[in-house]
Amino acid sequence: MDVKDIIKPENLVYSKSKVLTDTVMHYCPGCSHGVVHKLLAEVIEEMDIQDKTIGVSPVGCAVFAYKYINIDWQQAAHGRAPALATATKRLYPDKYVVAYQGDGDLASIGTAEIIHACNRGENIVVIFINNAIYGMTGGQMAPTTLLDMKTATTPYGRSVELNGHPLKITELVAQLEGTCYVTRQSVHTPASARRTKRAIKKALENSAQKKGTSLIEVVSTCNSNWKLSPVKANDWMVENMFPFYPLGDIKDR
Amino acid sequence: MAEKLLKKGNEAIALAAIRYGADGYFGYPITPQSEVMETLMEEMPWETTGMVVLQAESETSSINMLYGGACCGKKVMTSSSSPGISLMCEGLSYMAGAELPCLVVNVIRGGPGLGTIQPAQGDYFQAVKGGGHGDYKVIVLAPASVQEMYDFVGLSFDLAFKYRTPVMILSDGAIGQMMEKVELREPIKRLTDQEIAEKYGDWATVGKQPHRDGNIISSLSLEASEMEEINLRLQAKYQKIKENEVRYETLQCEDAEYMLVAFGSSARICESTVEMAREKGIKLGLLRPITLFPFPEEGIQKMLPQLKGVMSVELNAGQMVEDVKLAVNGKVPVEFYGRMGGSIFSPGEVFEAFSEKFNL
Amino acid sequence: MAIKGAIVVDTEKCKGCGVCVVNCPTQTIALAKKVNSKGYPYCYMENPDTCTGCGNCAIVCPDSVITVYRVKI
Repeated sequence: MDVKDIIKPENLVYSKSKVLTDTVMHYCPGCSHGVVHKLLAEVIEEMDIQDKTIGVSPVGCAVFAYKYINIDWQQAAHGRAPALATATKRLYPDKYVVAYQGDGDLASIGTAEIIHACNRGENIVVIFINNAIYGMTGGQMAPTTLLDMKTATTPYGRSVELNGHPLKITELVAQLEGTCYVTRQSVHTPASARRTKRAIKKALENSAQKKGTSLIEVVSTCNSNWKLSPVKANDWMVENMFPFYPLGDIKDR
Repeated sequence: MAEKLLKKGNEAIALAAIRYGADGYFGYPITPQSEVMETLMEEMPWETTGMVVLQAESETSSINMLYGGACCGKKVMTSSSSPGISLMCEGLSYMAGAELPCLVVNVIRGGPGLGTIQPAQGDYFQAVKGGGHGDYKVIVLAPASVQEMYDFVGLSFDLAFKYRTPVMILSDGAIGQMMEKVELREPIKRLTDQEIAEKYGDWATVGKQPHRDGNIISSLSLEASEMEEINLRLQAKYQKIKENEVRYETLQCEDAEYMLVAFGSSARICESTVEMAREKGIKLGLLRPITLFPFPEEGIQKMLPQLKGVMSVELNAGQMVEDVKLAVNGKVPVEFYGRMGGSIFSPGEVFEAFSEKFNL
Repeated sequence: MAIKGAIVVDTEKCKGCGVCVVNCPTQTIALAKKVNSKGYPYCYMENPDTCTGCGNCAIVCPDSVITVYRVKI
């Protein structure tokens, strides 16, 4: 059968979500952000909630998330997305509010905001991209940077004496009464991406049911700042990140 | 007949918020303004008007909750005192940059640092000259009575939405804590979500509407030329505010040869100083700026032909006096008298300083 | 009954990251020798006969440049 005979509208099984804009993403080739954006857009499309979803973008690489997912967006100050999301959800209880944050944003400068939003059990969804490094500012140490990992500000590798331990903030928020669903996923393979998509959907459903805060950590790559090819960065993540940040549901109730 | 109550300034702020149809209050306790949130929590407006009241984990979080709420096209406000306002300055800069309406009440205490809990006016520069980073202004209203604390809440929301800009009520511990009669105005209904979507749906995050792409509220632009455009737009807006929104009051200025300039609680004290001077046959008047930004430059300039001297009276080391000097532009002598750190001058002390500085 | 698939790549938007290549279960996809206007080698069906239209390439594509078709024959 000729390829031309297969490529027909009636045979279409997968195409770019209509909730994604046509803007070319500024992310580096192979960046996990693009996959997570797509999955979020697909869930919004499938749940038919494009008009009811309000996104809050962080400071960091995903600051421009608002260019790529066609919903209403607020661009937060560094670390403050959960505060914006809190007010938005309280003022519009019937909307879906998604805070999208990186590791520097959520686990360093915004620690107070994320802990307290989760502790109050705000009915919001938090998507937390953990690639163990500051991407946009050029590869400095993040709170989640692994021990011995080299970054621009840990040129000889992260040491406990100088920098303390990597922070497992996801396990931390899972202990808070306000969270209903806390999970750690990845998007480097089709199976893992599909699991992350299911997690995003579940989190949005939780927020509609007012069950509390849902947080999805996505263990991700930053191949540019890790100084690896996209494919090798995925391998490095499996080998080094997953043992310290194991995948799976941490809390689901 | 309108209801009249004996209330603290801080309580009046809270009652006004509910009656002027505020959608949300987000705050953090700090003396001397904690009664604002305490009163709101007692009143439970979520049961009546549907107003949201939330105690945040910090002032940083409060102002960012305001940011989120203002993005939604909702009437949102916070209140704090000096150190808390310092923490909020980042958020204020963001909100000014993103052109968002909100009300921030500063019940000033003595500084710098943790300072003291007594009243002061040491945050004039912070309020009027920026506080946060970048070229931005907020409209600053300075109440001098409990009634004005109440009334300026409504005025602030009107101005905030008219210009899509943060508005600050710059009060102090004296006005916040003192009790006076306050007349409650006719309540205004909160807008429904539907009304907000119709009124502000072209810019606010009310949920994407079918006829438009997603609204984006951001203060970011990596293109220098775009960022300059945004700045020019902001400056044009501030110019419009300067042209249209100056408010001030004069007392015994008709025949005045000397004039005190004072705002807020200082102005209340200076009213008595004017009386003292008049009793002694000195033609003294008082100009009370109600808006600190925009500053009543013309109001001062109009007086200059008849004046021999001006004295700025402030509970600080001399901040507004710089704006008075800019307005006077060397045409008559400008003096300053002030006390700091929570100490308050008496009308007599002001009169003494005035007589001494002008050799009267 | 056999399943045949095909993909269409938005070659101008492809950044040539190669994540689809390693995730294709039937080794259908490769990166082209040619590059697009941005200088990226884009992905394409090197072995169109083996494509089953499973969509694995599309779901891991960070830039959503792959459209997938499938037909039962």
